[in-house]
Amino acid sequence: MSINFRNIALFGAMALALILTGMFQSWTLSLTIINMCLISAIMALGVNIQWGYAGLFNVGVMGFTAFGGLAAVLIAMPPVSEAWAAGGFGVLLGLMLGAASILAAIMVWQRMPPGKARVLALIAVLVLGYTLTRLIFAPAATAIMRVNPATEGYLGGLGLPVVLSWPVGALFAAGLAWMVGKIALGLRSDYLAIATLGISEIVIAVLKFEGWLSRGVNNVSGIPRAVPRPVELQTRDWVQDLATRFGFSNAEMASILEKLGYAFLFMLVLAVLIWLSEKALNSPWGRMMRAIRDNETAARAMGKDVTRRHLMVFVLGSGVCGLAGAMMVTLDGQLTPGSYEPLRYTFLIWVMVIVGGSGNNWGAVLGGFIIWFLWVQAEPAGRWFMDMITSGLASDSLLRTHLMTQAAHTRLIMMGLALLLMLRFAPRGLIPER
Amino acid sequence: MDPLNAIVLLANFVIVPALAYGSQLALGALGITLIYGILRFSHFAHGDIMAFGTAIVIMTTWGLQGAGITFGVLPTALLALPVGIAATILYLLAADRTVYRFYRKVRAKPMIFVMASLGVMFVTNGITRLIIGPGEQRFDDGTRFVFSVRDFREWSGLAEGLALRSAQALTIIVALIAMVLLFWFLNRTRAGKSMRAYSDNEDLALLSGINPERVVIITWAIAGTLMVLAGTLYGLDKSFRPFTYFQLLLPFFAAAILGGLGNPLGAIVGAYVVAFSEMGITYAWRRFFQHLLPDDWAPAGLMQLLPVDYKFAVTFAILVLVLIFRPTGIFRGKSI
Repeated sequence: MSINFRNIALFGAMALALILTGMFQSWTLSLTIINMCLISAIMALGVNIQWGYAGLFNVGVMGFTAFGGLAAVLIAMPPVSEAWAAGGFGVLLGLMLGAASILAAIMVWQRMPPGKARVLALIAVLVLGYTLTRLIFAPAATAIMRVNPATEGYLGGLGLPVVLSWPVGALFAAGLAWMVGKIALGLRSDYLAIATLGISEIVIAVLKFEGWLSRGVNNVSGIPRAVPRPVELQTRDWVQDLATRFGFSNAEMASILEKLGYAFLFMLVLAVLIWLSEKALNSPWGRMMRAIRDNETAARAMGKDVTRRHLMVFVLGSGVCGLAGAMMVTLDGQLTPGSYEPLRYTFLIWVMVIVGGSGNNWGAVLGGFIIWFLWVQAEPAGRWFMDMITSGLASDSLLRTHLMTQAAHTRLIMMGLALLLMLRFAPRGLIPER
Repeated sequence: MDPLNAIVLLANFVIVPALAYGSQLALGALGITLIYGILRFSHFAHGDIMAFGTAIVIMTTWGLQGAGITFGVLPTALLALPVGIAATILYLLAADRTVYRFYRKVRAKPMIFVMASLGVMFVTNGITRLIIGPGEQRFDDGTRFVFSVRDFREWSGLAEGLALRSAQALTIIVALIAMVLLFWFLNRTRAGKSMRAYSDNEDLALLSGINPERVVIITWAIAGTLMVLAGTLYGLDKSFRPFTYFQLLLPFFAAAILGGLGNPLGAIVGAYVVAFSEMGITYAWRRFFQHLLPDDWAPAGLMQLLPVDYKFAVTFAILVLVLIFRPTGIFRGKSI
């Protein structure tokens, strides 16, 4: 690989922007941005695997991210033994029955000869399966939600280290993607988009309303952390030592160290992912994927099973999004199903991929950094801009106060314009595909 | 055993609301399907541009109300409709000029169009929120009911009541008129015929001298009109919130795909199927069966198949079934 000075300059400019943020605003803010940049970069990498390698259009990034985030709760939170006693068995049995009845329905459809008997058998299996599942599941779920509803009311998790939830989150999202892909791949390309849009709304609905699983809109907070809390760090001698040396207060130093810890972990994950993606992209497999993307018919004529390869790439990419989702919940220390909205968790990731350069892993990473940085900084910038253009108006003028309160929304317009302009004038992105 | 009460109950809680909701969906899905048929891409900005148009209607309505102008028993928003429609059509044409036309010229892949429509969606989203904010708005006025539950009970002497809200009646009537006009336009007028020809076979249509840019402009104009109608009626019937309008995208697409993308009649049928399934599956049927069955057979539970929170799941399930069993839709749309 030859050294590309343009790319280094782009990443250098990004680093400079982050350093300037640290110097002029605050280092804690800068590090917060960096951490979310890293997570965004991983999400963008996931979308890039789907869009850049294979041309698959996934508008359900939010769903896969949120579903991966659920893993952080299920792995790291301590189990609520009372809730398990109240309805754990019933819920598990109910879920298994539900899955079994769907499997049975698929079996009926595949094994029986077409005709009226098959349709009747299918309906019978589904109705019976639904009734049984509901009978066992519903009372158990209600019983669980009655256990200490103010603080618990859910099954809790396994009480394992939270870092373990990252690969598990990836598996969660990958499993979900497999199901969606099985249904929607192999049809027109738009159908995948619409199916993913639907599944992401459903995932959020499940997280919001299945209290026994995720406490729903009551949120799960206090998820165990991957690095020591600032409160614990503050009391250590070496932290106080560092604080005096750099001229921060103890609390500030501890918070910076905590964020640095996360940044280090995330960077590790990102490095491994980039290494793997680069290897994959430059292997025979990567060439095959690009060949399929560029000319499906020709690839099919060469004997490639396009639908299967698409399914594989879709599952991989969604898995990476799930990983990022689990990391994000770990960083926040809480799962708040109400906070997931498609603009931020799906479409912003798309802007990152398009701006950065689809088909290029480094491009996706750069896009993740730039767009997240702009997304955070655009809010004050939007306010400043509105302040400037309305400065001619009286300070109590209705138009001015209205525009000032809604100024935060200018960043949506900015992101949309960034997407449109890149798509039009530089469709290959900042770091084009090689 | 009391079938009459059961039917009235069903009409009040399922049939009338689903008819109104289905009509709103039909107007939206028609737009999706027309844009798909003519411009050949899935228009993801549909929900947000609908919100934009409705926001203009709401602002105009407030302006009219402020000036003391109302529409008597009908909602003032109807007077504001032309303004909203004009603004939306202009907006769509501007988007077409600046964004989509270039990709048409270079004959970009459909996915690039979809991506561009995501960009338009983002921008529109921002503009709508800048104009009216992200919160919920109510803008209905005029009389609320054509007849209320109490009127109906007094008139019929039944235990169950049936109400018809004016927004619901208005939705059904306006949607019906819009659909009739649309089909008249597509089947009887020269412009409509050229649209269908262009949708069926682009090359042949070009050969016979149809101006593609004119067809595109007419399509945006019709889609814009339908969007604002759908958005305003939905807002009058329920309430306006930009995010809810974005979420309508899923039922719109489900309806359009179910009916066969590119097929207007299919979109209408699809919309009512989606609306009735959503309402039927999330409705608690207990009282219905209490009326219908002997007392000692009456069900103990709510008899609700899915909680209302999962109405997306119903739409999604319909979509999945169509994709598995009949990807071209009921009425054989354009493509698989």
